[in-house]
Amino acid sequence: MGTRRYILSKVLQALLTLAFVMVFNFFLFRVIPGDPAALLLRGTAAFNPENVERVTHELGLDKPLPQQFLVYAQDTFTLNFGDSFFLKGQDVKTVIADRIWPTLLLVATSTLASAALGLLIGIYSGWRHGSRFDVGAQGFTLFVYSMPEFWFGILVLMAFAGGIGPFPSLFPAGGYATPGADLSGLGHAADVLNHLALPWFVLVVAYMGEYSLIMRNSLIDVMNDDFVMTARAKGVREKQILWRHVVPNAMLPTFTVVLLSLGFIFGGAITVEYVFSYPGLGLLTVQAIDSKDFPLLQGLFLLFSAAVIIANLVADILYSQLDPRVRAG
Amino acid sequence: MRPPEALPTWEEGPPVGTELEPGPPPEVPRNPRQIAWTRRRASWGRIWRTYRKNTLGMIGLAVLILFALVAIFAPLLASKEGLKATCPCNGIPFSPPSLNYPLGTDNYGRSVLTLTIWGTRVSLTVGLFATAISMFIGSFIGIVAGYRGGVSESVLMRFTDWFLVIPFLPLAIVLASVLSPSLGVIIVVIGITSWPSTARIVRAQVLTVKTRPYVERSRALGASGWHLNTRHILPNVGPLIFANTILTVAIAILSESTLAFLGLGDPLSTSWGTTLQNAFSSGAAYAGQWWWIVPPGLAIVFVVLAFTLCGFALDEILNPKLRQR
Amino acid sequence: MSILSVRDLEVTYATQAGPVPAVRGVSFDIDKGEVLGLAGESGCGKSTIVNAILRLLPAGAITSGEVLLNGEDVLAMKGGRLRAVRWTGASVVFQGAMHALNPVQRIGDQLAEAIVIHKLSAEKEAILRAGDLLEKVGLPPRRLRDYPHELSGGQKQRVMIAMALTCSPSVIIADEPTTALDVMVQAQVLGLLHELQHEMGLAMLFITHDLSVLVEVCDRLAIMYAGKIVEEGRSGPVFEKPAHPYTEALAAAFPAIGDPRFRKSPSGLGGDPPQPDSIPSGCSFHPRCPVAFDECPTTIPDLYEAGEGRRAACLLVPQRAQVAT
Repeated sequence: MGTRRYILSKVLQALLTLAFVMVFNFFLFRVIPGDPAALLLRGTAAFNPENVERVTHELGLDKPLPQQFLVYAQDTFTLNFGDSFFLKGQDVKTVIADRIWPTLLLVATSTLASAALGLLIGIYSGWRHGSRFDVGAQGFTLFVYSMPEFWFGILVLMAFAGGIGPFPSLFPAGGYATPGADLSGLGHAADVLNHLALPWFVLVVAYMGEYSLIMRNSLIDVMNDDFVMTARAKGVREKQILWRHVVPNAMLPTFTVVLLSLGFIFGGAITVEYVFSYPGLGLLTVQAIDSKDFPLLQGLFLLFSAAVIIANLVADILYSQLDPRVRAG
Repeated sequence: MRPPEALPTWEEGPPVGTELEPGPPPEVPRNPRQIAWTRRRASWGRIWRTYRKNTLGMIGLAVLILFALVAIFAPLLASKEGLKATCPCNGIPFSPPSLNYPLGTDNYGRSVLTLTIWGTRVSLTVGLFATAISMFIGSFIGIVAGYRGGVSESVLMRFTDWFLVIPFLPLAIVLASVLSPSLGVIIVVIGITSWPSTARIVRAQVLTVKTRPYVERSRALGASGWHLNTRHILPNVGPLIFANTILTVAIAILSESTLAFLGLGDPLSTSWGTTLQNAFSSGAAYAGQWWWIVPPGLAIVFVVLAFTLCGFALDEILNPKLRQR
Repeated sequence: MSILSVRDLEVTYATQAGPVPAVRGVSFDIDKGEVLGLAGESGCGKSTIVNAILRLLPAGAITSGEVLLNGEDVLAMKGGRLRAVRWTGASVVFQGAMHALNPVQRIGDQLAEAIVIHKLSAEKEAILRAGDLLEKVGLPPRRLRDYPHELSGGQKQRVMIAMALTCSPSVIIADEPTTALDVMVQAQVLGLLHELQHEMGLAMLFITHDLSVLVEVCDRLAIMYAGKIVEEGRSGPVFEKPAHPYTEALAAAFPAIGDPRFRKSPSGLGGDPPQPDSIPSGCSFHPRCPVAFDECPTTIPDLYEAGEGRRAACLLVPQRAQVAT
């Protein structure tokens, strides 16, 4: 069937891209100007020629490049990224695994909310394009788009956690849960949600606008198609025309774009987690930057890239199932 | 000399007994290059006249000019000494806005106003240079891919797609942390991570232009690839690249501020991003020191907004797909 | 009483350049079982009339006059009544080969939709009825499960015809139903329409720019030019002995093999039909008219009697009549 071949080719492409990322990741830390080992030790007390040589040998950097790559590939497949510098004694795999859940929670909930809100606003904006709502929504989107997410995050932090002027201090100043509090079940969930609220809010507002704009434009295009006229001539009510004819057709291209923009949400998560001290992969990344923890950075980079590649793959496959024109092959 | 309207049309046949008097020779351009330039100047004029009608685009342009002036005349607006932590001109650290320090002071007592004014230079410079790199790479790859077609096109486009998939910030972080922090590094990092979308747009446009009759005719006359690309394809792809450039600068400025905020910026230079980073790590958010946080951020917002408005306005005029709507 | 009676219909579009008159006073009647053909070049207003009848014009279009469907004025109907009358009183066969069908909905669902919303049947029976209609137009009922892109142009047009029949309307408006089709398929679709119309005794308004098609299918013809009807009468006589110079030119553009009239030179009318925003004064046809005389640019002709059941809006008609008496 056409679909199976389509899915297979998409999976293959995804694997190829993943392979490319792996190779890229490898060369990133080996083929940089200067000595990698020296780079690692620079700025630490242990920076002397003997240590550099020892580290070089430890990391296998004195072996020929192709051999290094084989070791690297092997390591990657077994998810062995070496030890983290920053958290001595723990390997990268564990470090990442420990922090993955908060980020998953944050990114998943904020993507869902911003997509849902953005799409609804986009639908209404497009259906009533030119109206005050539309103009207002577009203006708002433009403004938010020009704002760095971290700055918006700081403002929100300042207003609602620190409390300033008329803004009340409603939310905790960061973290995942109240430290020391021994809560379980609903109490714990509520505590987590309380801490999640502000970073979630920042991400939702930051990305909602983009989705609404895409949906709006898609909707306007579809609105002017001939089959909408046919439906109207048949006597279908305007509301039904919108939801049964226009939106399903407008949703298709929007849907792909929504999933494709997942990469940007990860970027946003990094800065937002940092601002709110939210202990996920984003904060971990910033900590890794600070301590020049290259194994950790490598692992994180691979993880982020893999997540986006998989998201794209899922988007492609889902789209092929939703659009009957693609399904037929 | 007869005015042109009185000249007979062919339907009546050439007049018998009257000779066509030659009028003064019209302004004949002397060579094809002149013809092309006259035409091009006329079309740029048309573009400007259409642009002028776009209110938002004009506002964006005005704001941009304002910021450019601030960047150029920074030394006249605020003393460069004010950027040093040990300047005697500094006031009490962490103080809110006052007469002497209209935007308050930072943790070193430096005037936030001075920091914001001087930050304009760095942010704009990084934005423009990074975009230049990105546009150059992107356009080159886009044109080569579009023009050559075949295997080169597929390989280049595959490569572009791979780059597009990799999430921007993690990639930039990884690159920037591997290299030692400096302005040049930031510029290069942003430049080499933003070219893919340009490459795609350029290639699509090249494909449209490539099949136009005048290009085929030129090729039939024996034009070389270089000639076709520089004389025909580039001028037609150029405007689109230009509109895209403006939008890319906006993104580059945002990227610079984000990277600086995360600690990957040049510690020796003052940009809006590094100012905000300093503010945040000094706990300004919790302390409610809004005067330190709001101005640099607002500056970013206004500059990016201005570039975006200009870019949209230009895109509307130059993008063939949008023009049809 | 006529099934469809249009009286002094005027439609003005609101454009950026000001109001533009697309239909400038059109009147016609269609009786039960009768087929009226409406012909004219692009821009003469025929499609506007189609949209005006069921009030499908874009917002901002101003309509005046009367459209009496089974005695009721459509232009005066309130929302609910209008929606009820759409498709049950009059239905439209759009150009299905284009995008007149929803790409993501199955054919059966689209056919059944009209039946269900007009409460003629519940959903299950509606699908069955849709299957019957498909058979009537020559398509197998299994096609109900197909999506539009799985059908050919001709098949899609048949589906549009079936769709128009779903609510047993009194009059069917066929808006260029064969324009985008190959000639062979055109013939099939025309034959189908003819057959169905005869069998069900439907009144039909057939719109096209193709005069040769009209003569076959229609009982009467109305020729439109620049928003007005310029000639109307029984189709045979109108085509063979046109009373209006425009009709003559249109008819001459479709040469008949063997007819000596066409042997010498292909005839076509020079010039273009006028844009709705710049309609010539007096008789709007005078700039292109081969027999125009001095009164034509200054006098607007009425539809004068030009024979039995014939009328034409040409100043020559009353002149000829005078000469004859």
